[in-house]
Amino acid sequence: MNIPILDPKGVVGLAEKDLIVTAAVLMALVVIPVFILTFAIAWRYRAGNSKAKYTPNWEHNRLEEFVWWAIPSLIIAALAGIAWTSSHDLDPFKPLDSSQPPLTIQVVALDWKWLFIYPEERIASVNLVEFPALRPINFQITSDAPMNSFWIPQLGGQIYAMAGMSTQLHLMADAPGIYSGASANFSGRGFAGMKFNAVAVAEEEYQKWITEVRKSPDVLDLRHYNTLAMPSENSPVSYYAWTDESLYNSIVQKFTRPKSLNTNE
Amino acid sequence: MLGRLTLAAIPSDPIAIAGASVVVIGGLVVISLLTYFRLWKWLWSEWLTSLDPKKIGVMYLIAAVVMLARGMIDAGMMRAQQAVSVGSDQGFLAPAHFDQIFTAHGVIMIFFVAMPFMFGLLNLIVPLQIGARDVAFPFLNSLSFWLFVAGALLVNCSLVIGEFAATGWLAYPPLSEIAYSPGVGVDYYIWALQIAGLGSLFSGINFLTTILTMRSPGMTLMRMPIFVWTAAASMVLVIFAFPILTGTLGMLFLDRFAGMHFFTSDFGGNPMMYINLIWSWGHPEVYILILPAFGVFSEIVPVFSQKRLFGYTSMVIATISITVLSFLVWLHHFFTMGAGANVNAFFGIMTMVIAIPTGVKIFNWLFTMFRGRILFTSPMIWFFGFVVTFTLGGAAGVLMSIPAADFQLHNSLFLVAHFHTMIVGGVLFGYFAGLTYWFPKIFGYRLDETLGKIAAWLWIVGFVVAFVPLYILGFMGATRRLDHYDLSTGWRPLFIIAGIGVVIIACGAALQVLQLIVSYRRRHKYRDTTGDPWNGRNLEWFTPSPPPAYNFTHIPHVYGHDAFWAAKHSSVIHPAEHDDIVMQKDTGLGLYIAGFSFVAGFAIIWHIIWLIPVALVGGIVCILFRMLDEHTEYTITI
Repeated sequence: MNIPILDPKGVVGLAEKDLIVTAAVLMALVVIPVFILTFAIAWRYRAGNSKAKYTPNWEHNRLEEFVWWAIPSLIIAALAGIAWTSSHDLDPFKPLDSSQPPLTIQVVALDWKWLFIYPEERIASVNLVEFPALRPINFQITSDAPMNSFWIPQLGGQIYAMAGMSTQLHLMADAPGIYSGASANFSGRGFAGMKFNAVAVAEEEYQKWITEVRKSPDVLDLRHYNTLAMPSENSPVSYYAWTDESLYNSIVQKFTRPKSLNTNE
Repeated sequence: MLGRLTLAAIPSDPIAIAGASVVVIGGLVVISLLTYFRLWKWLWSEWLTSLDPKKIGVMYLIAAVVMLARGMIDAGMMRAQQAVSVGSDQGFLAPAHFDQIFTAHGVIMIFFVAMPFMFGLLNLIVPLQIGARDVAFPFLNSLSFWLFVAGALLVNCSLVIGEFAATGWLAYPPLSEIAYSPGVGVDYYIWALQIAGLGSLFSGINFLTTILTMRSPGMTLMRMPIFVWTAAASMVLVIFAFPILTGTLGMLFLDRFAGMHFFTSDFGGNPMMYINLIWSWGHPEVYILILPAFGVFSEIVPVFSQKRLFGYTSMVIATISITVLSFLVWLHHFFTMGAGANVNAFFGIMTMVIAIPTGVKIFNWLFTMFRGRILFTSPMIWFFGFVVTFTLGGAAGVLMSIPAADFQLHNSLFLVAHFHTMIVGGVLFGYFAGLTYWFPKIFGYRLDETLGKIAAWLWIVGFVVAFVPLYILGFMGATRRLDHYDLSTGWRPLFIIAGIGVVIIACGAALQVLQLIVSYRRRHKYRDTTGDPWNGRNLEWFTPSPPPAYNFTHIPHVYGHDAFWAAKHSSVIHPAEHDDIVMQKDTGLGLYIAGFSFVAGFAIIWHIIWLIPVALVGGIVCILFRMLDEHTEYTITI
């Protein structure tokens, strides 16, 4: 069985998996005794067992009550510490430590497909994102559609894609491979088809892929972008040999300056 | 003349026609049966116009059961679709239809099943447990109920005329804005919830006032049954939370109807503000539902352990802590918005802290059983099912309260499994336990125990089979609300198992219906002649079953916890007060006002502009009529 979250292939996903496992173990420290207590007490004090002690008016014991305010409090204190540190360590906006230079990829959630813009290479792709393994990827994410959530489970957790805003997600693949990605937030009719492959490859493979994309007959200027942004379902993978380096910013900005790019005007 | 309403609003695809037919034919069957047996007059004078909280409570329960059936059919259709719609097969539901079904499922289960079930139990039991003859505002209570019915009718109306929202049960903008959802679906959503939500707010005010002002002499706050405590806490949450919902949906309506920009993506609107606001209501809502369920278990466990509740003060402190904390955690529903590490960590930790008072409650119930004499009645089976599922679901919730872990679990089926564990395993099991426990008080005879136990076991087993696969699917990267997925994901076997779980749950529900029928037929055998069939502890058992309209001939005095238990075991006879009993006359005005609200809602949804003021004036005239009526009471002399 393929269980991506428990089989991470990226440094972020790995840390998140460890976090989930640690927290689950800590909680088992309460949950398992509760189960044992429940069934032991239920069996021992069943009405038919006249040998068990019966104290119908016993209703209060300061020590015992202190104990079960204290036990969950201690576990929660430990978990709170973990939550605090992990929230900072695994903040999606925080760049990853690496000797490799980060690669920026801009992500736009559209109705109902994912657009990936490579500002440094000035190329773009739809429903497929390729990048070198072992190199930190700085995803900048926005939406030109209802809210979506950008998620590649095997590499690490998700972040929302919201119109007029730009969020960040820093991920890195530990090894080459094809990792499936999807939108985790319902965005309408074509939502189920909003999936893509994240392809991590060696650096030279990546350079070859860029050359390949540059051979595409299509370019992504504003006019073509406006066509692409129209609703469509289960869109195939496509490549754009050239794109405007300011396109991503224009998409984010268009909601604050509606007339500059709005197709409805 | 008819605004946006045209013949095109009648559904045309086969499945939608089937849904519409069920509503129409079901309605016609009920109407013809009532006519055939000449029950209209009886129905009108005994039930529809009644201001008796016990009758209003029963009507709430009936409505909840009908809507539960609809919600379960929706659930079955979703699982069936997900079992077949794999790879090249697209299943039997088009995406637009599937999206309406999961939206309707969520809306119905929360607003039109769990809420009326809760208010039904409160109506039936709270006045009895505090030794009161009525609620504080009997007419408002009737109005609340009928406003809820008007909302529920609007939801069902959308099956026949037009469509329902296809946005998910909280209708996040910008998807729910006019730009992306131009149809009437979201308008149905908004007005069904606005009208029903107004009823909920009135009920909240009504029951909190009742609990604060109408307790019998001697019942101090710290002598109230825990169910009353949890009801009071829940009503405090209703009073604080529901205005947020009304305001938020009102702004969404203005965006859609009047071209405003509260939550649009452009022109300075902020969709994320909606998400913050809706969860400021939405998280307390979860506790509005679960606190009374905790209250039910705090009644049941002592009675069937034949022992006093352990740690009463702890229970009260835990309840109040949960009430306060529930307003400080809403952001955990969207850690993935990217609010930053400090904000996320704060809300994550506040969320975990709620687990402490909740855990204390579980320990207190366990130590109520400790050194007791436990009777394994069907309410106790529900309790054990609750402890197991709720503890696991709670652990899953704490896991998701760690923001960095939530990034991997959010919006996946793990999340869906978690909140169903809380709402089904917690809320619904609690309410079923309460219904079984209080049934003899309400109807005068007990429910069949054997069928009740089998039904409870089927629900518990079915629940595990239906939702454990979803936890695993979440780890496999399956997101919620998918009408289709690829075979290569390997999800299909688990979806099929989950579907089998739904079938088992449906069998449990069918047995509950059978249990009702069998119990009714054997009602003479199961008759409760004592008023106290379970050897109960609180004042609701201090009256005959079913109680008279005025509940108590003599208002009992209370000297401590477990007032009825104390009275049973004390030889002191306290002088009863002899006062005439003043009760409220029945009236249909609440129904009329709600009827006008329904018409107003329908008119706004379809932009039938002239009808809106007509309906509003009708409602206002009814309110004036009620305000000017000085003969609303009658007196019973003993």
